[in-house]
Amino acid sequence: MSTTFIILILILGFLITFQIAKASEYVAVMRGEEKVRKQTNKINGFMLLAFLVAGLIGVYYCNEQLKGKILGEAASDHGDKIDTMLYITLALTFIVFVITQILLFWFAYKYQESDDRKPYYFPHNNKLEVIWTVIPAIALTVLVGFGIYYWFGITGEAPKNSMLVEVTGKQFGWEFRYPGKDGELGKRYYKLTNEAAGNPLGQVWEDAANHDDVYATQEMHLVVGKPVKLIITSKDVIHDVGLAHFRMKMDAVPGTPTTMWFTPKFTTKEMKKKYGDNFVYEISCDQMCGKGHYSMRGTILVETQEEFDRWMASQKPQYYTAFPDKDPDNPKMAMPADSAKAMTAAVKP
Amino acid sequence: MSNEANLHGHTEVVTTHPVHHDEHHVHHHKETFVTKYIFSQDHKMIARQFLITGIIWAIIGGLFSVLFRLQLGYPEQSFPILETFFGRWAAGGKIVPEFYYALVTMHGTILVFFVLTAGLSGTFANLLIPFQIGARDMASPFLNMLSYWFFFLASIVMMSSLFIETGPAAGGWTMYPPLSAVRQASLGSKLGSDLWLVSMALFIVSSLLGGLNYISTILNMRTKGMSMTRMPLTMWAIFFTAVLGVLSFPVLLSGAILLLFDRNLGTSFYLSDIVVNGEILSNEGGSAILYQHLFWFLGHPEVYIILLPAMGMVSEILSVNSRKPIFGYMAMVGSLFAICILAFLVWAHHMFVTGLNPFLGAFFVLLTLLIAVPSAIKVFNWLTTLWRGNIRFTPATLFAIGFVSLFISGGLTGIFLGNSTIDIHLHDTMFVVAHFHIVMGVASFFGMFAGVYHWFPKMFARYLNNTLGYIHFWVTIIGSYLIFWPMHYQGLAGIPRRYLDKRAWASFNQFADLDKMITVVSIIVFAVQLMFVFNFFYSIFKGRKVRTQNPWKANTLEWTTPIVAGHGNWEGEIPEVHRWAYDYGKDGRDFIPQTEPIGENESKDH
Repeated sequence: MSTTFIILILILGFLITFQIAKASEYVAVMRGEEKVRKQTNKINGFMLLAFLVAGLIGVYYCNEQLKGKILGEAASDHGDKIDTMLYITLALTFIVFVITQILLFWFAYKYQESDDRKPYYFPHNNKLEVIWTVIPAIALTVLVGFGIYYWFGITGEAPKNSMLVEVTGKQFGWEFRYPGKDGELGKRYYKLTNEAAGNPLGQVWEDAANHDDVYATQEMHLVVGKPVKLIITSKDVIHDVGLAHFRMKMDAVPGTPTTMWFTPKFTTKEMKKKYGDNFVYEISCDQMCGKGHYSMRGTILVETQEEFDRWMASQKPQYYTAFPDKDPDNPKMAMPADSAKAMTAAVKP
Repeated sequence: MSNEANLHGHTEVVTTHPVHHDEHHVHHHKETFVTKYIFSQDHKMIARQFLITGIIWAIIGGLFSVLFRLQLGYPEQSFPILETFFGRWAAGGKIVPEFYYALVTMHGTILVFFVLTAGLSGTFANLLIPFQIGARDMASPFLNMLSYWFFFLASIVMMSSLFIETGPAAGGWTMYPPLSAVRQASLGSKLGSDLWLVSMALFIVSSLLGGLNYISTILNMRTKGMSMTRMPLTMWAIFFTAVLGVLSFPVLLSGAILLLFDRNLGTSFYLSDIVVNGEILSNEGGSAILYQHLFWFLGHPEVYIILLPAMGMVSEILSVNSRKPIFGYMAMVGSLFAICILAFLVWAHHMFVTGLNPFLGAFFVLLTLLIAVPSAIKVFNWLTTLWRGNIRFTPATLFAIGFVSLFISGGLTGIFLGNSTIDIHLHDTMFVVAHFHIVMGVASFFGMFAGVYHWFPKMFARYLNNTLGYIHFWVTIIGSYLIFWPMHYQGLAGIPRRYLDKRAWASFNQFADLDKMITVVSIIVFAVQLMFVFNFFYSIFKGRKVRTQNPWKANTLEWTTPIVAGHGNWEGEIPEVHRWAYDYGKDGRDFIPQTEPIGENESKDH
């Protein structure tokens, strides 16, 4: 009902506008086209100036309204660098923006048609052109210099003491794997993937490094102040691990693992104190991946080393989920070791 | 370059095509409805065909954006009108996510390729090249006709994909595999994606036929005295656009064909290690990133294919209406050339976070930010062109000024995204959406509108209604800034693109009011575009008649043709050119057409 109403109003408004427009054309013919054109020219000249003033106020107002809604302080050391680079660029471009927009609309207003003015024949001036080639070139060299410096810092090798987490994207959720005590992630082969047999990631069980790897979904645990290196991959289509609070992002590409590393600066608890109880570190998928793209959400819990160790101790390696009989904590060791081996063989292609 | 020889060459070519008119007897053959309006080989008619097809596509593509904005602005509400339009895809008045993504994909594809490439280049290259260089028609009118009809075929295929059971392609306008390659991954990856790829292949053929024609016409068929450096900047812009298209579209074609192979023939160019919904695929060894390289090797030049013709027309229109020469003609040509070269060397800046080697990334940062230098030169030259002019604010002038404003705004945000460090945070967020809509979408549309208002009298021998033109301009520029300026903040907050409902997120749900505002403004702006379309079609038949040959008092050759130019453009000889196109306000004279010989006492300049 209301839709029909809105459409009717639009059509009505349009008809009225059209009649006025048509009438003004006739009026122009009657009153002398040249005279009317000159009047219209004045109106548009004034409007351009008004647009400039209103626009600059609008830019300021928009910033006042929205600056509180963008994410607060970066929650990782790399995030700080990215924010610094962002503000350097913002300062520089904002100056250029204001100057050029003012010149554009001011010139348009100032040099609007007038019978008294003769346009100035000014086809070129080499000095001016050199100036405005060189100045942007210098400004951009500065930006490129800072940019590449930070870029290499962020994308360089992860520190030796980094913890390792593997992130796997799938339609539509996140899976994580921690290396366990040996600090090493076991091999995977995608054709071994078999959720029913307790092997959602396709871990190769012959690889002993897999035996203590811990599998988890949806929530990733990280340690505050400790660098973390993420190994990122995907099972089906391209996803992207987007960590807005840490200012980090990396695609998850099936068949081509990628990496990124950073150091979380604040625990989730500290962030809750700053930004309220609703705060949570979120993992967003930033690469269109199908119908559930907008809801492909994961979370990160940043905690102290002790809390992390306690959590890790409570986790059971995925190996024991796949082979409950191998689990030392399992009261009934139903299967002898040999038949477990036979089962592994059966899973192989 | 001997123009006479070319003209003779042209005559010989003409005699081999019986359908074509003998150029010395322009109205000799009787034209049927079919040869005049449908399978026309007249560049002016082909331009109109491109423009009108482009307008129809623009309405469809624009309408899609308004309808999915409803969903974005009011995720909790349902709109019966959506069900009216989309049926089961919006059962109960809410767009289902799969169809939302199909709409986004179609919106992008339609506007980037069908409207701003074919509709913009196709229209103005065809209309202006023979007119402004002084030729009777294109080098090959027949290929020119084929170019339009391949575009038409591509349109039919794309349009048909909207109506199939599994819906149109839904992988985004970039169609990254594996999403677009694996049928099980999404509904849109079934038949819709095959149709998308076939349509794009046809489109590329159209674009290549057109582009080769534009290049050969500009190089070979300029009239006597029209040296390359006497050409209006529109010609230079269209020339570089065509070069970009001819060199980059074939790469997209190869990318699309490999994707078709992966989809239908079981190859693994882009596929490896895939388990989709528990089903293990046998493909191994392919690289999903390979497609992105092939795609963006076209994709980045593509944004300049869209932008350069707009730049050319804006240069011309600003100069004519400031009554003052364009400032720094050679610098304008040089910067177009620089942009054209650099456009091929920056594609990987779309791929900074794909796992690209960071060392390689650094080079792409450098080359990307380099583009800001020629862009800055262009902006400063436009500003200086306005400086101390005597500016007439025709609707075309206003749109040209609007173009410069938007180009500055959108260009500056490109400096953020081209810097890989910042791109890590802003990549694939709403910031990107805001950036490219301003600089490539809206700005190019402004260039196109400027062109339509300026050359409408030449195309249809009537004027568009001015009052509607002014309303169109003011609502559109205010609306565009209202829609896209605040969107940058959503991007700074890290909100990813293509999220149709953000309510489930703790970090991204703070902009609900803003999203509502943007939706309302976009409806208004769209309504005003419909008003423009009405003005366009109404004025073709009922607009004020053009009574003078040269209504804008411009120097270029198209205004020396009769008000209604026949096939062959000039009656009698093609005029000879004696000067560049920008002698406005020289020696106290308002304007000096290109056809006027240099006077004895004329001050020396160009």
